[in-house]
Amino acid sequence: MNIQTNQISDELLMGYASGALPQAFDLVVATHLSLNQAAHMRLQGFEALGGAMLEGLDEAPVADESLENVLARINGDAPEAPVLAARSDGIFPTPLKQVVGGDSDAVLWRSIGMGVKTAVVHDDEHATARLLYIPAGSEMPMHSHSGLEMTLVLQGAYSDDDGRYARGDLEIATDQDDHTPVADAGEDCICLIATDGKLKFKSWLARIAQPFIGI
Amino acid sequence: MTLVEKSEAHWVAMVHAIAEKQDKSAFAELFRHFAPRVKAFLMKNGADESLAEECMQDVMTTLWRKAQMYDPARASVATWIFTVARNRKIDLLRKYARPEPEELPWGPEPEPEAAEVIILAQESSKLAAALKALPDKQRKLIERAYFGDMTHSEIAAETGLPLGTIKSRLRLALDRLRHNMT
Repeated sequence: MNIQTNQISDELLMGYASGALPQAFDLVVATHLSLNQAAHMRLQGFEALGGAMLEGLDEAPVADESLENVLARINGDAPEAPVLAARSDGIFPTPLKQVVGGDSDAVLWRSIGMGVKTAVVHDDEHATARLLYIPAGSEMPMHSHSGLEMTLVLQGAYSDDDGRYARGDLEIATDQDDHTPVADAGEDCICLIATDGKLKFKSWLARIAQPFIGI
Repeated sequence: MTLVEKSEAHWVAMVHAIAEKQDKSAFAELFRHFAPRVKAFLMKNGADESLAEECMQDVMTTLWRKAQMYDPARASVATWIFTVARNRKIDLLRKYARPEPEELPWGPEPEPEAAEVIILAQESSKLAAALKALPDKQRKLIERAYFGDMTHSEIAAETGLPLGTIKSRLRLALDRLRHNMT
């Protein structure tokens, strides 16, 4: 089967590089970049663009005692020894592990029926990030949503109308899309999903459950 | 007064002097050049003068402390400073620690499509020139996307341009940058 990957857009990489994305999207992008070197290298291009623009900014005058203050704070201390961030050897890359407080076994899942489980890992007024657990061979409840939705596969794989997505793959959907992802047989599927609009599930069971589980 | 522009190699040497010899005069030079730009960056992102001053001092302190983390193979000095300032901006103005991706591993790496990588870190001066060569409208849009802390729809609302126009102009600007870099 032809594996289709939706490359992360310039727009999202630029938003991440400039620090303008909602936190939930930052988390999904950082997690994706931990699994995708090509996208990570593209990010470096957008950060370089930020550097070139910083260089080109008109200077804002700094306070007279500014440098002295900073030197006083440094207080003659030597720069810190470099620490290389440990690479995660679990299912969750480091940025996700830090938010969850551990790997997939540390997640406090809530069952939403038919073996499907979910856990909100970040929620604010701008966007929500949640984990979704779909048993091998099962369907995720059909849903639509009102904004942008980013889905990153962390374990297993799923397919929908647009293609098949495996670990590290990212699917971007907009509010025009109605989709019914089905997990591959063989391995339970775990995804990290960020949405900037509330998910609307269409099956009656999920619709009834929705107000209670806060999806 | 016209100052001779310092080369990238010069700034890299300054950061190394801080990292290896705790060279305060190298730090003072880095400070004189970058502190006013970092402060301007923070003010463009909505900080008032005194907050920007305080926050800039945090950024400059971090540069000293993290000098050993700087890797010239990955980023120009300006890019490194930009990322430190951006992270501080998120901490301070948006009140959360930015999630960082894992470091790229060493060793053989799959090459992304050449056209996709706007620029590698070593080519910063070329990038600055390519940026300057962009038509005004396109450069301003990129500046807003980076420094205004605004989403594309907010840019649309502020400029009165339709969202589709913003997106296609940005795409055009990026294509032209990529073209100028090759």
